[in-house]
Amino acid sequence: MNQRVRLSVNGVPCEKDIPARRLLVDFLRYDLGLTGTKEGCSVGVCGACAVLVDGEMAASCITLAAAVDGAEITTIEGLAQDGRLHPIQQAFIDYGGFQCGICTPGQVMAAKALLDANPQPTEAEIRDWMMGNLCRCTGYYKILESVVQAVAAGAAEGG
Amino acid sequence: MHDFQFHQPATLAEALALRETYGDEARLLAGGTALVLQMKQRFSQPGQIVSLRRLPGLAAITATADGSIQIGALCTQRQAEISPLLRERAALAAQAYQQVATPRIRSMATVGGGLAHGDPNQDPPPALIALDATVVLTSAGGERIVPVADLFRDYFETDVRPGEIITGLIIPPVPAGAGTAYLKFLPRTADDYATVSVAAVITPDAAGHCQAARIALGSVGLTPIRVTVVEDLLRGQPLTADNIRAAAAIVPDLVDPLDDHRGSAEYKREMAAVFTRRAVMQAAAAALPAGEWG
Repeated sequence: MNQRVRLSVNGVPCEKDIPARRLLVDFLRYDLGLTGTKEGCSVGVCGACAVLVDGEMAASCITLAAAVDGAEITTIEGLAQDGRLHPIQQAFIDYGGFQCGICTPGQVMAAKALLDANPQPTEAEIRDWMMGNLCRCTGYYKILESVVQAVAAGAAEGG
Repeated sequence: MHDFQFHQPATLAEALALRETYGDEARLLAGGTALVLQMKQRFSQPGQIVSLRRLPGLAAITATADGSIQIGALCTQRQAEISPLLRERAALAAQAYQQVATPRIRSMATVGGGLAHGDPNQDPPPALIALDATVVLTSAGGERIVPVADLFRDYFETDVRPGEIITGLIIPPVPAGAGTAYLKFLPRTADDYATVSVAAVITPDAAGHCQAARIALGSVGLTPIRVTVVEDLLRGQPLTADNIRAAAAIVPDLVDPLDDHRGSAEYKREMAAVFTRRAVMQAAAAALPAGEWG
């Protein structure tokens, strides 16, 4: 059965009739064409599909789009501003925070959620927070270093 | 995923009316971490989904006049984990919420939803049972208060009755002088459910004897359980390592774990005793002044 949803995605209002069973990850990828958000495990474990829902990190693969009707969604596509990468994205490039790249959007969104809530996390806090984002290339040290450097570069103020 | 009709009531009264109208055909949705997963895996195929997300006034953690803490059912488990009030007054509960899955799941899953889910492997229930917490169930007829210790009836089955919605959780003041501990035996990955988990609240008297004890275990059967037999053995006894070991030694007879990939039933039974001993020791050590321990 169809359901009307009104969302803001990366600051852009959007209104669509979708099946009530549509998952947020599918809504983003297929209804809006925002394919930056990846689907990995499909059961909320791996973190590849992480987005922000009203500023809180969420697994879009186990979120019904209808259930976040009215929310503000931020995806990886929403981080760069005026053609400039977000400092977290830049840090992942500068410090080699990815290998194959499939987990990267989720890693960056997880780091964004952390820095929005806690602009100066310790390395231990970063490790704790990022534990739910898996990297099958096992590039964890570089991911950690990227987030540490993003913090040092003041990524939280960057937006 | 199967097709269903989706409802977004704006008030508790509307949500209760929908619950009344659809009965068993409807499932309540809060954070969705349990239900959406069950639907994706076809364990649950409800024709009606009632989303509670818009219900007002159920997402705060507040202190009540009698010193209890009231947690709205729609608070996320992350909110419970980081609540300064909870960390100060009932740190055991905050510690248990901190052990749940990953920060992402804790940011989605709600306190009420976790209780309604009735999974015997969850972290918060043993801590909440040890803290003597109660659940507020609201129906058209009013409120019913149920101890968390009595909420879980069977495997994924709770005492939430048709027509009721979990609206809150109440944690009473921790006894003065009590020490608490929550231990989760986690041999696989950090985001996993426990192989066994134990929560203990131990209150010594002035002489260092056990005045009161509340001990509860998770992942050791069809529901989380309180082990009153162990509590009875400890009460009145000096809180020595030997006494604690002797009391914990009967735990294998009190539990009935399931074999799974987190351990065989036999192994969990043994670990339940080991972790009960450790949890009680840690709680007692936290309560007793240094030097009187052991």
